[in-house]
Amino acid sequence: MNDLKRTLENIENQFETFQILNEEGEIVNDDFMPDLSDEDLKEIMRRMVYTRILDQRSIALNRQGRLGFYAPTAGQEASQLGSQFALEKEDFILPGYRDVPQLIWHGLPLHQAFLFSRGHFKGNQMPEGVNAVSPQIIIGAQITQTAGVGLGYKKRGQNAVAITYTGDGGASQGDFYEGINFAGAFAAQAIFVVQNNRFAISVPVEKQSAAQTIAQKAVAAGIEGIQVDGMDVLAVYAATKEARDRAVNGEGPTLIETLTYRYGPHTMAGDDPTRYRTEDEDSEWEKKDPIVRFRKFLEAKGLWSEEEENELIEKTKEEIKAAVKEADNTPKQSVADLIGIMHEELPSNLQEQLEEYKEKESK
Amino acid sequence: MAQMTMIQAITDAMRTELKNDENVLIYGEDVGQNGGVFRATEGLQKEFGEDRVFDTPLAESGIGGMSIGLALTGFRPVPEIQFFGFVYEVMDAISGQMARYRYRSGGTRPMPITVRSPFGGGVHTPELHADSLEGLMAQQPGLRVVIPSNPYDAKGLLISSIRNNDPVIFLEHMKLYRSFREEVPEEEYTVDLDKAAVKREGTDVTLVAYGAMVHSSLKAAEELEKNGISAEVLDLRTVSPVDYETILASVKKTNRAVVVQEAQKQAGIASNIVAEIQEKAILHLEAPVLRVAAPDTVYAFTQAEEVWLPNHNTIVEKVNDVMNF
Repeated sequence: MNDLKRTLENIENQFETFQILNEEGEIVNDDFMPDLSDEDLKEIMRRMVYTRILDQRSIALNRQGRLGFYAPTAGQEASQLGSQFALEKEDFILPGYRDVPQLIWHGLPLHQAFLFSRGHFKGNQMPEGVNAVSPQIIIGAQITQTAGVGLGYKKRGQNAVAITYTGDGGASQGDFYEGINFAGAFAAQAIFVVQNNRFAISVPVEKQSAAQTIAQKAVAAGIEGIQVDGMDVLAVYAATKEARDRAVNGEGPTLIETLTYRYGPHTMAGDDPTRYRTEDEDSEWEKKDPIVRFRKFLEAKGLWSEEEENELIEKTKEEIKAAVKEADNTPKQSVADLIGIMHEELPSNLQEQLEEYKEKESK
Repeated sequence: MAQMTMIQAITDAMRTELKNDENVLIYGEDVGQNGGVFRATEGLQKEFGEDRVFDTPLAESGIGGMSIGLALTGFRPVPEIQFFGFVYEVMDAISGQMARYRYRSGGTRPMPITVRSPFGGGVHTPELHADSLEGLMAQQPGLRVVIPSNPYDAKGLLISSIRNNDPVIFLEHMKLYRSFREEVPEEEYTVDLDKAAVKREGTDVTLVAYGAMVHSSLKAAEELEKNGISAEVLDLRTVSPVDYETILASVKKTNRAVVVQEAQKQAGIASNIVAEIQEKAILHLEAPVLRVAAPDTVYAFTQAEEVWLPNHNTIVEKVNDVMNF
């Protein structure tokens, strides 16, 4: 007879959390230390600090009524930026709603990220050569699409991957299973990142599934799976880099679960995390902070200083200010504009409505 | 020219486009080796290889989502949903995603996807195989919904759909697959999307129909002619968007109309057409515009199917009501 408990234990034991840099900023897993130059290491730090500042400014702008929809990112920088740093320009990002930072570092200008938040369609237009789509709102819908992009790249023989992001709640969706299963069946060039921040809005990950890890779900799809310390930017980078290499070498897709935490609310639209999280839990995770530990690591190597960080913070604030101004100066969209982007050849009903709105909006 | 059934014409359209454009991909459940449960893709995998024509895992949402991903990498996917009753499994991928992608991306990400699927009543299928769900699709901005009524149109409309850079839901009435043959050119040709066809000219009443109901309407028109009533029959071919220009021109000539659909009466294609006629041509009307439709139950169990479905007799009855108003 199959002993379920033993079977599960056997599986779960194989998904121990992969870590390179511990909370003290010490390398604990030197064998897997990625081959990154000092300049690369500093660039990763710059991006994390920039993104943390951007998050703080975005929250402030939202509270002033100047931003619109916003999902805070603080706490998740290592998961978001470590994985993106492992990508090449040709790789295609299919983000969830919290994954705007990856888009920015993949080439979406900051003022467009603000336009996305403000509900202007120009925020969703990726510049030529930026391989990404705007953040997905339906939880998990991007996962099956990622299997498709990864299959497309394989069919074209391209040295590129599709990468998608969702959260622990997203791993409960049917589309999650269909997506990883399709990707496995077709050996699609795809990477599925689940940022397990422990809460799907308010529902804890323990209530999402009887499975002890999300990474182990890869087994059912017959694909590679790994659980990573999502507060350790080097571990996330190394896992993503390896997944990318495997994918483009025809060895199939990978599911990466990053263990992380969002310090802020689910979104700025009224979520109150004190209803479902304790202060103890918050402070326990803040001790694992990705920026704090990476700063310790860089400082020990003599690669980072307080002065340098302060300079970066000031520069970032200036850039944000300029981007807000650019977003403010973007002409408003009209309903006629929206009708114009519905189809290549406008059907007669919309042609009629286009005339109607052109007339109405010219007044 | 060859004599073809509608399903042969559909296969021929796919073969034509597989030859024309290397970005065309055809896939779905049982589509590859088996050639489809209705044999719509018969021989295509053998001719074009597994890279272009292939089987997928049995998961409609996955098929829909994968199609979007393939379109994002420049392919022109032609996925098959095995029966359109299964569309509920792929509603988000179709209505929440592919229909909205061009718009969502500010006009930068086209979705040249043609979702083919059999539907339609009268062939005694199990539940959720025969439903007419075109109304559900027509409610979604961004989709075109095409329903051919004959082999010639099926080939030309399918080629136009595949070449279109926006998503098309291409619905194939199962009862028409092999019910008759007609001459279909072996060479390529297109039939315009968004354009209705006048199948029979008349002067007393306009019958607006699509899919299998075009044939019921033509049969009704023959019966009506025996009683001296001259019915004009229109075949919509594209049910979303509807070609109101052709409908209104006909109604302004005949001054009466009956709109025929196989779907349930509530919230369907016919209701919208009635609304449009009264908005744009009410002073031309000699009688209210009536609808022929199925009752508002879930699709009938097969033993009641023949009564539940509209047919030429129910059409004749409604036309008589209109004529005697």
